[in-house]
Formats: sequence, C-alpha cells, structure tokens
Amino acid sequence: MKAAVITFPGSNCDRDLAVAFAAAGAEVARVWHKEDALPAGTDVVGIPGGFSYGDYLRCGAIAAQSPVMAAVRAHAARGGYVLGICNGFQVLTESGLLPGALMRNASLKFICKRVGLRVATADSAYTAGWQAGQRISLPVAHHDGNFAIDAEGLARLKGEDRIAFTYVDNPNGSVADIAGILSDNRRVLGLMPHPERAIDPAQGGTDGAMLFRALMGAFVPV
Amino acid sequence: MKARVTVMLKDGVLDPQGEAVRHALGTLGFSGVEAVRQGKVIEIDLAASDRAAAEAEVRRMCERLLANTVIEKYAVEIV
Repeated sequence: MKAAVITFPGSNCDRDLAVAFAAAGAEVARVWHKEDALPAGTDVVGIPGGFSYGDYLRCGAIAAQSPVMAAVRAHAARGGYVLGICNGFQVLTESGLLPGALMRNASLKFICKRVGLRVATADSAYTAGWQAGQRISLPVAHHDGNFAIDAEGLARLKGEDRIAFTYVDNPNGSVADIAGILSDNRRVLGLMPHPERAIDPAQGGTDGAMLFRALMGAFVPV
Repeated sequence: MKARVTVMLKDGVLDPQGEAVRHALGTLGFSGVEAVRQGKVIEIDLAASDRAAAEAEVRRMCERLLANTVIEKYAVEIV
C-alpha cells in the first residue's frame, strides 16, 4: 500500500501519521501542499492534524483550497482512499469530500485528553479490524470538533451506516455523539480522535494501530 | 469599490461563543440581554466599477470560501 501524507503550513501531526502508516507496513511519501499531483500509485492519502493556516477564516477552509486538494478530490473521485484526522477531518468537510461541518466545542475549551469511543461500524477498510460496538480509547486534541449536520444529512449518515466512531462520553457537543464519518463509497474517513497518536505503548495506548493495520489488509487498489 | 461581507451562524445553529458573551454581559451587570450571536465582518477592496457585477462576484466568493453554507449565512453590502 502506498500512502501519501500531505503537509500544509501549520500541520503538526504529519510526521506521526507517516510513522503510523509505515509501522503498519505502508510505503509512505510526504507531499507538500503546493504539489498539484499525488505520487504515482498512491492508494491512500493522509490529511494530518494541526492548525493549517493558523485556522484562519475557519479551520481547514484555506487548506481545502490548496493545489494538492484538487488532486486529492480527483483521487477520491477515482475511488481512492482518504484519511483525514482532526484538522484533516475539517479539511475534508471544507473540501466537500465529507458532509457536515466542525464547529467550536460546545464548552468553548480546547480539549486534550484520551476518550472512549465506540466503533459504530466495522464495514470499512479502516474499521474492519474491530467489531461493531467495540469500545476503544484514543486521544483527542481539538478546539473545533463539534460535528454539525442538518437533520436530513444525519438521517442519511445513519441510514447508510456511515457513522464510523461515536464518543462514549461526548466531549464537544457533536450531534449524535459523532466522532468520525465515512463517505458514501466508505473510502474517505474523517475523524477527530488521533489514531496515529496511539500506535506505540510509550504513547499510553495502542488502539490506533488497528486502523492502519486493518486498512493495510482490506484496501482495494484502484 | 468596497464590499462588506457579514458572516453569521445560521438561525437555529447553537452559537456557544455568542452564548458566552451573553453570559459575560450579564455578569457585568447589563440586564435584559436576551441573546447574543457572534459573527465576522470581512471587508474587500475591489477594482470593479459596476456595483451589480461586484456584488455577484462577492457572492461567488462567499459560496466558494468566505462562508461555510452548511452552518453559516452571509450578507453582502457594496459600500
């Protein structure tokens, strides 16, 4: 599996994400946001956490207009995999690759802690290593993780089994406790928690490693 | 020509920042503040000389970038 990890000005989880892909056995390329093409043969694009463009205007809004995002949209349209974590999730909603929006946390506080999650569906390459309903633990670190979507959009996510993860104890006010969602072809995943920060026992937990291992085992080359 | 864009959260979308400001105003002794909504104002200097064309162009800017119409509404004023 070939992974391409994008770096925007202000990204700060790009190296961690590259390490997580590599630890699962992927071949990893690092891609600067000014590039207008992805490396040939890219299977999965990783959009990392951080504070792209200082969160100016709205989190992820400026990054979504970067040259590389046109290539990422084309990759997704071909059926390629895209994983957006934290700021990466915000970039994906701002890009229109995932529905909804991420608003300021209901508490107005930046939240940095380990949270309990439920794997809401095992029906994706990312979550195939877990059982639906299984409880896992991952770190969150965000100020704007409050997922919002209109009633019709929420009904669609539920009806199509596209909610990937939910919070056990909702930290940010997200509608329906949503922590992560899938695209309609189930190959684009956005989530606020950080699986790449939970792949080594030294990080205090290894639940995140399963996402990368599962993707390695289940992805379908485009 | 100058355009002033006002971006606000849509009605019905909870605005926790506005709510915090409302609470703080109450703490300061300002009574009777029933609701506060917080948004942003963006001023744009335009080379255009045609008002209608300028407004249409700024509306396209709002749709593409300045507002996230999933949660926000916008108003354009040519000044």
